[in-house]
Amino acid sequence: MSRRGDWVYENNGGTCVAIAGADYCVVAADTRLSVGYNILTREHSKICELADKCVIASSGFQGDIKALQKNLAARELLYQHQHNKRMSCPAMAQLLSNTLYYKRFFPYYAFNVLGGLDSEGKGCVYSYDAVGSYERTGYSAQGSGSTLIMPVLDNQLKSPSPLLVPARDAVTPLSESEAVDLVKDVFASATERDIYTGDKVEIVVINKAGTRREYIELRKD
Amino acid sequence: MIPNLSALENHFGAAAAGSDDLGGLFSADAAGQLALEFPTCNDFDGFQKATKEMVNNKKGTTTLSFIFDKGVIVAADSRASMGGYISSQTVRKIIEINPYMLGTMAGGAADCQFWHRNLGVKCRLHELANKRRISIAGSSKTLANILYSYRGMGLSIGTMIAGFDETGPGLYYVDSEGARLKGSRFSVGSGSLYAYGILDEGYKFNMSVEEAAELARRAIYHATFRDGASGGCVSVYYVGPDGWKKLSGDDVGELHYHYYPVQAAPVEQEMAEAPSAST
Repeated sequence: MSRRGDWVYENNGGTCVAIAGADYCVVAADTRLSVGYNILTREHSKICELADKCVIASSGFQGDIKALQKNLAARELLYQHQHNKRMSCPAMAQLLSNTLYYKRFFPYYAFNVLGGLDSEGKGCVYSYDAVGSYERTGYSAQGSGSTLIMPVLDNQLKSPSPLLVPARDAVTPLSESEAVDLVKDVFASATERDIYTGDKVEIVVINKAGTRREYIELRKD
Repeated sequence: MIPNLSALENHFGAAAAGSDDLGGLFSADAAGQLALEFPTCNDFDGFQKATKEMVNNKKGTTTLSFIFDKGVIVAADSRASMGGYISSQTVRKIIEINPYMLGTMAGGAADCQFWHRNLGVKCRLHELANKRRISIAGSSKTLANILYSYRGMGLSIGTMIAGFDETGPGLYYVDSEGARLKGSRFSVGSGSLYAYGILDEGYKFNMSVEEAAELARRAIYHATFRDGASGGCVSVYYVGPDGWKKLSGDDVGELHYHYYPVQAAPVEQEMAEAPSAST
């Protein structure tokens, strides 16, 4: 992608998905890292646990993603020392937005989803563009396979728009184990048609008890 | 080791650029400029152009706002698209700056969202310093001045600042090219032409709030009908002397049947049983 001398970006592919439920949140990403048609590694984690109830998954350029996640993790540590508590997910959401916009003219090439539990213990998902516009949603997919996955999630999970007046109840109608199964299915499907998605999917489940990690094998071709 | 926490102190608007913990995000230099980070490259414009293609800012919108005798109405759709792909159907394009002021969002989603958030901070600081709320003229000029200082650098914002202050209702159009226009009705975005068609035809100064809200809703709905880049939900806000209130939020899919009810197709006359030919 080096079209000009100044060009510093590379797309390393990868897909991230997050689903929020009534009292849980599932954040998942594949572990493939590629450049063009080359697969550089099959076990590169894209997920970072920033706080006890806050997890980020990012795809795009791994250099920027590493820098961004390290920055956020460091800021969360400083917050802990200052306030003697962990950062909440909505607070981290706005911090991420500001951090991304701060590099508006030299962006982080990173497409992020942030998942976790809010102050009431309800699942929350925030999705972003590369320069920091963000929105709280019930589920989200980002990265190279997002256009394959998002319509499936819409079909399975779509709830009434939060903009409606009078407001209508908008909770993802799945149990935790059903949500994890759905994530496995959408990744298996995206792997069939996206060359940048595959190898393994790393799933982080956040609930009242804490966080749990699991890995599911995907196609390696 | 004791960590050095000096970098964490926020001196809003006071510290030298780059010295707060957001890398100078909320501090300002002598000219009142934020310290966003810039690439060190030979061809800034070329870099921005290539970057813009890469990060694909969200675009495509219909927003409108007008003043009438009882206050201001603000309405917008809720779709965000990246080229042909709909990236969200639930965007909040009407940004609540404070209880008396609304901003609308057209152009780059991040640009609008960030600068409106920044404007909210500035308005609150004005309130604390002067013990009264900032005027709509004042806040829109604050925004226009910021945007003018970034002119030519690739920001993409078309916004209306609408609200109610000591002088009554206020409405300004502000964009990233540096324009700031006072007016009684505006529409911004790719669907604005369609919205103007309905709005100009139905606009009167003397209207009830319900009439005005219905006009706005109809204008946005018809814009979503003809403009592929607009859609989702139609949100309508009213700002009066007591602040803003969200009057309605309707899914366009359902609103369609409100404006165009399904006509019960006349049942064709059933063929009467033919008398048997056994006469």
